[in-house]
Amino acid sequence: MDQILQYFLNVAIIERVWPFLLSGLGMTLLLSLVIVPAGLAGGLAVALIYHLHLRWINRFLIAYVDFFRAFPPLVLMLFIYGGLPFLGVDLPLFATVALAFLLNTSSYYGEIFRAGIESISRGQVEAARSTGLSRGQATFWVILPQAVRNVLPDLISNTLEVIKLTTLASVVGFSELLNNARNAQALTYNATPIVVAALVYLVMLWPLVRLVSRLEHKSIVVR
Amino acid sequence: MEFERLVFSFFNADVAARYWLDIVDGFWVTTYLGLAVIGTGLSIGLALAVARSFHFQPASFLIVIFADAFRALPPLVVIIVLFFAFPYIGLSMNAFTATWLALSMVLAAFAEEIFWAGILSIPKGQTEAARSTGMSRLQALVNVILPQAVRITIPPLTNRMIAITKGTALGSVVAVHEIIYHASSGASEAGNPTPLTLGALAYLILFVPVVILSRWIETRFAWKR
Repeated sequence: MDQILQYFLNVAIIERVWPFLLSGLGMTLLLSLVIVPAGLAGGLAVALIYHLHLRWINRFLIAYVDFFRAFPPLVLMLFIYGGLPFLGVDLPLFATVALAFLLNTSSYYGEIFRAGIESISRGQVEAARSTGLSRGQATFWVILPQAVRNVLPDLISNTLEVIKLTTLASVVGFSELLNNARNAQALTYNATPIVVAALVYLVMLWPLVRLVSRLEHKSIVVR
Repeated sequence: MEFERLVFSFFNADVAARYWLDIVDGFWVTTYLGLAVIGTGLSIGLALAVARSFHFQPASFLIVIFADAFRALPPLVVIIVLFFAFPYIGLSMNAFTATWLALSMVLAAFAEEIFWAGILSIPKGQTEAARSTGMSRLQALVNVILPQAVRITIPPLTNRMIAITKGTALGSVVAVHEIIYHASSGASEAGNPTPLTLGALAYLILFVPVVILSRWIETRFAWKR
């Protein structure tokens, strides 16, 4: 027990590394705040273009989405991180990481929005159009609000996945929470920083997990 | 000139010839690790969901805590805690075991929730009817409820399985010799990103069929509206 406390939850070490972990947490949040809205916007764009039902463009979009579903985000990130310099492109680390996550995330959000839009019956569009709304107006005022409501649990659950995804940035040395925790562990010869970081993730993401569970169970009962 | 540089960097035949066998080795490790994770994760998830359906409060409470914790924790954090933190209290394990155990726990947590949702979706009358024919609770569950519940769990379960097998790439962080480990060490050794291209191709060969299969499964098992 003493050993566990000394190496897993050592108060002296927590006091020493806390500011460092906190700055990592700040970067994790900043990265999430960039990727989640941008990914939502990108995904919505993908779904709306798909909704135009242009055959060749849709084939391309399905290929795009499937490609990024098949491609592990870590591989994508390492590929961009290791490959771009060879093309003479020199992006800052934050941009490299954000770009990799964005390509991955927007295809997932796109798939969710698409399912939402397809869940709305054709009669809705026809009714909206017959009141004199244009196609764009019908999509924006009638389809999307219902579509989003139908897939809200999936959207939130994917957002949870995106925030968890930011830990991969530690692999290329981006100074987010996990990266800082690992550095602190190496410096202090003690596992406390990693354990504390894990607890921070747990406390931060637990409410989201609960929310997803509640929404999912509710949608089952409604059915 | 730009095009030549692109080919030289990313599709360099000499470099590819030197490293492709390593990538193939990694390919088998990834496949093996992925299958092991799916086997363990699904079994534990199903067992937990069945255990939860007996409505024994303390057990259900612990199962919910387990499922919540491993759905909240990023898988990479779990791997790193197992591999780097546990040795401090005398519990060392090799990189493969740590990755397998971490991903299995994460998959088990998600699978438990999915199976549980499936069980809940079956009307209570089904259990009551089965019980009234003289089946025990377990028999009713195995013979009546689960066969119906599994049907709606298949699409979300396939998605989760794809996500978690892609997570095997995280093993490279603790030096499991899977695809991305060989690809990135090859790339830095050769000073050329061609091994990364090979690694990317290996993942596409492995996962594109799975993703296409999952699209088929999604339509096959979709709820008829």
